Amino acid sequence: MIFQSIKMALKSVNANKSRAFLTMLGIIIGVMALVVLVSLVTSATNSVSERIQSMGTDMLTVSVLDEDNPLKLSDVDALAETGSVGLVAPVIQSSGSVKNGTETISVSVTGTNNSYFGVEGSELLYGRLLMTPDLDNNSSVTVLSYEAAEEIFGETGIAAAVGSTITMDSIKYLVVGVLAEDESMMSGMRQMYSVYIPVTVSQRLATGTSGISTFYVSAADPDSIDAAEAQVKTSLLTHFQGDEDAFYLQNMDTLSEAMNDVSNTFALLLGGIAAISLLVGGIGIMNVMLVSVTERTREIGIRKAIGAKRRSILSQFLIEALALCLIGCLVGIALSGAILAIINTFTADLTFTFSGSVVAIAVIFSTFIGIVFGLYPAWKAARLHPIEALRYE
Amino acid sequence: MIELSGIYKYYPVGDGYVRGLHNVSLSVADSEFVGIVGPSGSGKSTLMNIIGCLDVADVGEYALNNYPIERYSETDLAMIRNRMIGFVFQSFNLIGRMSIEENIELPLIYQGIGARERRARVEKALAEVGLTDRRHHTPAKVSGGQQQRAAIARAIATEPALILADEPTGNLDSATGREIMDLFRRLSDGGKTIVLITHDAGVAARTDRTIHILDGMVAQSGEGGAA
Repeated sequence: MIFQSIKMALKSVNANKSRAFLTMLGIIIGVMALVVLVSLVTSATNSVSERIQSMGTDMLTVSVLDEDNPLKLSDVDALAETGSVGLVAPVIQSSGSVKNGTETISVSVTGTNNSYFGVEGSELLYGRLLMTPDLDNNSSVTVLSYEAAEEIFGETGIAAAVGSTITMDSIKYLVVGVLAEDESMMSGMRQMYSVYIPVTVSQRLATGTSGISTFYVSAADPDSIDAAEAQVKTSLLTHFQGDEDAFYLQNMDTLSEAMNDVSNTFALLLGGIAAISLLVGGIGIMNVMLVSVTERTREIGIRKAIGAKRRSILSQFLIEALALCLIGCLVGIALSGAILAIINTFTADLTFTFSGSVVAIAVIFSTFIGIVFGLYPAWKAARLHPIEALRYE
Repeated sequence: MIELSGIYKYYPVGDGYVRGLHNVSLSVADSEFVGIVGPSGSGKSTLMNIIGCLDVADVGEYALNNYPIERYSETDLAMIRNRMIGFVFQSFNLIGRMSIEENIELPLIYQGIGARERRARVEKALAEVGLTDRRHHTPAKVSGGQQQRAAIARAIATEPALILADEPTGNLDSATGREIMDLFRRLSDGGKTIVLITHDAGVAARTDRTIHILDGMVAQSGEGGAA
């Protein structure tokens, strides 16, 4: 019987092709909006997440908040390469100005050690990185970021920068290395011109406390970041006598999760807007189904006279509404695929893929709309009195 | 086959009621071909609706094949219409976007009969009314007489206990009307019980027995002319 109802429903959809198409258009557009928008957001998020992953989520940022009880460099060094902890890089951030002839260039100065470059995944282009003797001897040496070297020495002078001297805040530094250009998206977030000096030099220059208030920690292997976090936390709690508020541990994973949360919210919002257009499409379907019930009153009367039960009439019209919704949904999904393919030909570095879950949601939501908006017209048809329906002209 | 006793049916109109049927009692035996005759407004259609289980009486008892109709729910009545009654209407009442074959098949679908059995029954009904070569046409593509024959085929396809025809020749010219009456006669001779409602005395004369209805009451019952 259900199979027969489906056959009858498809037949009557087929009998009124242009009306059926116009009715479906609302659903088609709604499904397209839903699938395309959510797929765009999800693909973009995945791509961003991948880049965050590539930057290394196996990294912790530790900030010491208790200024009265600072960590010494030796405390920080003691954490390195024990248990799950890999590299540990103390960080003292300051700003400086580099004299370049008559020009002054503002730079971001990071006092750190050799491990910093490992934690950050920076690559060396020329010269060498900071080394332990530089720290031990408080050597006035510096490693420049590619952008800083380019700004100070000009694009053609980068290769010759190693061995030159720069004057930063009246102190001369020997340039020992230049880093490769950083293409990760985080470089855009950082200050452009970064220079790196031994942390011991930073400590000596710093006024006030000479403690370490920030350091980066990497895990011994990518899977042990949680273990490393626990280990660092235990050590710090010992140091700060159990005061949990004395320091703050930030996991890159947490950042990545926060990022995902934001994009999920965004996808939900866009999906919600698209769902509204689907809802409007559903109202269109209800409208047409109501017209169709009125038009076919006599047919309903005939069907009832020859023995159709209420249930048969109800399921016939309900399935008809459902068929309109689902055919519209399938067309919408197919068109979404085409639109995403077209978008992909224009975007070289980002691939937008069909999100399987959003397709599932579109199908489920269309079904829901077909049932909800098909029910009232179908119920109206089913409760027609056969005699009155037969008399209807 | 049909036992009506003390049937009353009134319709509310404004503040009052209009009489449809008033104390109607009649019976139709198995294989009988009965004409119910009366002018328009006499209550013929009300009677046909009640006999056809499309409506129920306010008061009175109706038994079809010994089933007491007034006791059934709407769903049960739909089932009784489907299995026990074949309808033939004045205006044919075929579904326009379906082929003749599909129209005939429809009540069989509602009966839940399998596809193979349906095909066989449709085939038989088409042959009986002589429409086998028009089976794929839609009703609009064939003549009025052929449409009525299709409607009769639909009515007999379910092998009902009763064929109920409401002015079956009313929309047809007299020659075609005669053909349709010949068909009913053949069905009657084959053992079908037929109740035919008409205002046309000429048509009524071709039944076995006529029942005259006037102002919602049975006026007179007598022999038809064609027995």
